[in-house]
Amino acid sequence: MGHTDKGDGTDSVERHLDLPRIFAERGISRRDFMKFCTAMSAVLALPVTLVPKIAAALEADGRPSIIWLEFQSCTGDTEALLRAANPTVGEIVLDVLSVDYSETIMAAAGHQAEEARMKTLKEQKGKYIAVVEGAIPVKDGGIYCCIAGKSALDIARDVCGNALATITVGTCASYGGIPAAAPNPTGAVGVKEAVPGATVINLPGCPVNTDNLVATVVHFLTFGKLPAVDGKGRPLFAYGKRIHDNCERRPHFDAGQYVEAWGSEAHRSGHCLYKMGCKGPETFHNCPIQRYNEKTNWPVGSGHGCAGCSEPQFWDTMTPFYKRLPNVPGFGVETTADKIGTGLAVATAAAFAAHGVVSAFRRKDEPEREKEE
Amino acid sequence: MAKIVVDPITRIEGHLRIQAEVEGGRITDAWSSSTMFRGIEKILKGRDPRDAWYFTQRFCGVCTTVHSIASIRAVENALNIRIPLNAELIRNLIIGIQVVQDHVIHFYHLHALDWVDVVSALKADPAKTAALAASLSDWPLNSPTYFKGIQEKLKAFVAKGRLGPFANAYWGHPAYKLPPEANLMATAHYLEALDWQREVIKIHAILGSKNPHPQTFLVGGMAIPIDPNSQNALNADKIAEIGELLKRAKTFVEKVYIPDLLAVASFYKEWAGIGAGVGNYLSCGEYPLDNSGKAEKLWFPAGIILNRDLSKVYPIDQKKITESVAHSWYEGSDAGVHPYDGQTEPKYTGPKPPYDMIDTTGKYSWVKSPRYDGTSMETGPLATILVAYASGHAGAKGAVDMVLKKLGVGPEALFSTLGRTAARGIETLLVAQELSKWLDMLVANVKGGDLAVHNGEKWDPATWPREAAGFGWHNAPRGALSHWIRIKDQKIENYQAVVPSTWNASPRDGKGQRGPYEAALVGTPMADPSKPLEILRTIHSFDPCLACAVHVVDAGGGEMVQVKVV
Repeated sequence: MGHTDKGDGTDSVERHLDLPRIFAERGISRRDFMKFCTAMSAVLALPVTLVPKIAAALEADGRPSIIWLEFQSCTGDTEALLRAANPTVGEIVLDVLSVDYSETIMAAAGHQAEEARMKTLKEQKGKYIAVVEGAIPVKDGGIYCCIAGKSALDIARDVCGNALATITVGTCASYGGIPAAAPNPTGAVGVKEAVPGATVINLPGCPVNTDNLVATVVHFLTFGKLPAVDGKGRPLFAYGKRIHDNCERRPHFDAGQYVEAWGSEAHRSGHCLYKMGCKGPETFHNCPIQRYNEKTNWPVGSGHGCAGCSEPQFWDTMTPFYKRLPNVPGFGVETTADKIGTGLAVATAAAFAAHGVVSAFRRKDEPEREKEE
Repeated sequence: MAKIVVDPITRIEGHLRIQAEVEGGRITDAWSSSTMFRGIEKILKGRDPRDAWYFTQRFCGVCTTVHSIASIRAVENALNIRIPLNAELIRNLIIGIQVVQDHVIHFYHLHALDWVDVVSALKADPAKTAALAASLSDWPLNSPTYFKGIQEKLKAFVAKGRLGPFANAYWGHPAYKLPPEANLMATAHYLEALDWQREVIKIHAILGSKNPHPQTFLVGGMAIPIDPNSQNALNADKIAEIGELLKRAKTFVEKVYIPDLLAVASFYKEWAGIGAGVGNYLSCGEYPLDNSGKAEKLWFPAGIILNRDLSKVYPIDQKKITESVAHSWYEGSDAGVHPYDGQTEPKYTGPKPPYDMIDTTGKYSWVKSPRYDGTSMETGPLATILVAYASGHAGAKGAVDMVLKKLGVGPEALFSTLGRTAARGIETLLVAQELSKWLDMLVANVKGGDLAVHNGEKWDPATWPREAAGFGWHNAPRGALSHWIRIKDQKIENYQAVVPSTWNASPRDGKGQRGPYEAALVGTPMADPSKPLEILRTIHSFDPCLACAVHVVDAGGGEMVQVKVV
């Protein structure tokens, strides 16, 4: 694609986006466009009456510039973006957003890549959205992650510090993730800790669920502000409920039907995976509803327990993964199924009485850092 | 002489930096640096070996299955666990579709823009493009109207003036050789491949919950139950869906990827004489055809080729693997030691950021330098295909000969940048064609009444010996991968990974031998040193994965209690 940039800044000022026209050009009908808006309102848990408002926002707003940074990452969140379906990654890249910097997909390399980022930083200062994937190592002067000779910490301060907002994709950028697992050899932290002044919304998960990423952006375009978050900086629309409470296998838990061996009849029949180490009762995420790969499946749906990947420090607090959660109130091998079910119901009610973000199962020795929204 | 730096190398996984010297329009020397380190193996110490696959999977989210596979194999090897046949076949399906999807993404989304000038596509004649496409394949999407539509979308995008990921690139560079029509065809397929990859990888979601990072692996088997009479297990419905997706995968590879690869390659034949590299190749073999664990039951054979001599394939002797840290930011031996005797501590001696140049006379990368019998080895699709070809693998022989014939070149052309890119296509084709056979084998086995997916005899750590050790090989999309584990008192005592991109991206060793990237860059022509398109071509032909490549080899010290060959 040629050097069509006029270079006089008019382009960035008049960045009107006529989404319906562009969708039409790409063979997407008005009907499909409205379907997309409806799907977004579902992800965001918004009433259907807001669909026209979402549509209006998408029609009126320009494509926001995105700078997608990768630090101590595995690129799994970029890969997740490639699996996006509503809209597809092709539509995201060409039509919905202006992805001005993403090392994994961009054509330019080296100083040409750096120039592209600098251009957006300068021309869209305070207006672009930063997306961060991977943790930021702060130990030893930031030497454990350098790009073009600059430390991840310096780049994050520059890019996130001057962004309209920063969306962290995945648990590493949110809370440090796997590089921060004990003994955290490189001093890895999440963006909010590395750049305290930045406006950050956390989308943890390993990887991020792309539906939630798109929904966050759409929410922002629609309402002009970021969605409400819990005490861990996670949007309530995606992390407001425990996996356990939306799990399709919950009736088996309540009925005391558990898998106790892989491949057993109980396993084949889809019974509850609690005894195989499922961390659903302590994990807040919309996996059971939203699922992955166009709603094809999610861990429990394929017979493996939840690993708790959207929770801070899950690498240390949720492991060993196959060990059942300890100290669940009213729960023990000797407890009858009825008692378990009742105990859980009471605990759940209590949790949601406290606005649903405090896990009733958190061990007593852990500080309760959550605060009410 | 010009000194150039390309940092970041984009369209790869991870953080890679190349420093090179250019004289008389050619690269005279090159240095490969990785600039990111996490230390996951250090993090693994003291944890439950059954959790290791979940941690090591996060080495990389692009090759998102490979470290899980190598990890469970290592633990199963250490504990002498034989997994059920169903689990072996499900693993083959997961590994195979990963290879196919990953290679197609690499070709179109990471590598194609090195060869395809998207801007030139705007000048193409859609009717001629359709004629070109029809001459290559009977893929249905090849009408003039279709290509005109793609071209108009491109024009509209360019007219908006904000090119996003296509901004500031090398369009119009003299090294681009494709006619506008081929550029338009390839650009259309770039977009189609984006949709295709999203679909076919749903096999991972069906069998393993999600992709990236499928969550279904278990030491001893797989977590996806099989039961034709349950809706919560792998049943006829899901098998049929997988079968359809496999068909879709194969059709696209046969009708789009391979024809595109051959068409593009035919315009860049000079790259069959560029980028050869070290000329030694390592493949560890893959796709067990039963659950015996025997090397001779692998569909792709294991072996080593030295000095580009296809008349001999040597067996792998794991004792000959060493890793040097002469130029890597770790404490340890310049000479190189076996992974089990490796060193542990990071020792950064590079410049304090921000910096312009790294002094390459000393240590200059977070990647170590693995060597086999003291020599640099290339691994990856080219090694896989060369070892299979030289071992007389019928499929590889047929596919290689077909490609060489269509391009009108001899086998020596394989030792090059172009050969590496072609071999990736050949591997994809062979695997895409074979995958449905493994699904058929699975169905036949289930039909016979075998529903087992997991061997639980050693699931309880109380059944383990006090000490155990083992390793697992896996021939990943990027080549030979091995994980090494030592278990003591039910916990990980030591964990190491020798990764394909570590072999390929390695810096110089204690003897000053270049790693494969570095060797392959020497002699590469550069039309304009300020626009490093040619460097990208050769580096991308390896499909670098740097998050994988950087790891700590822990000093656990002492000898292995037992070492078994898979």
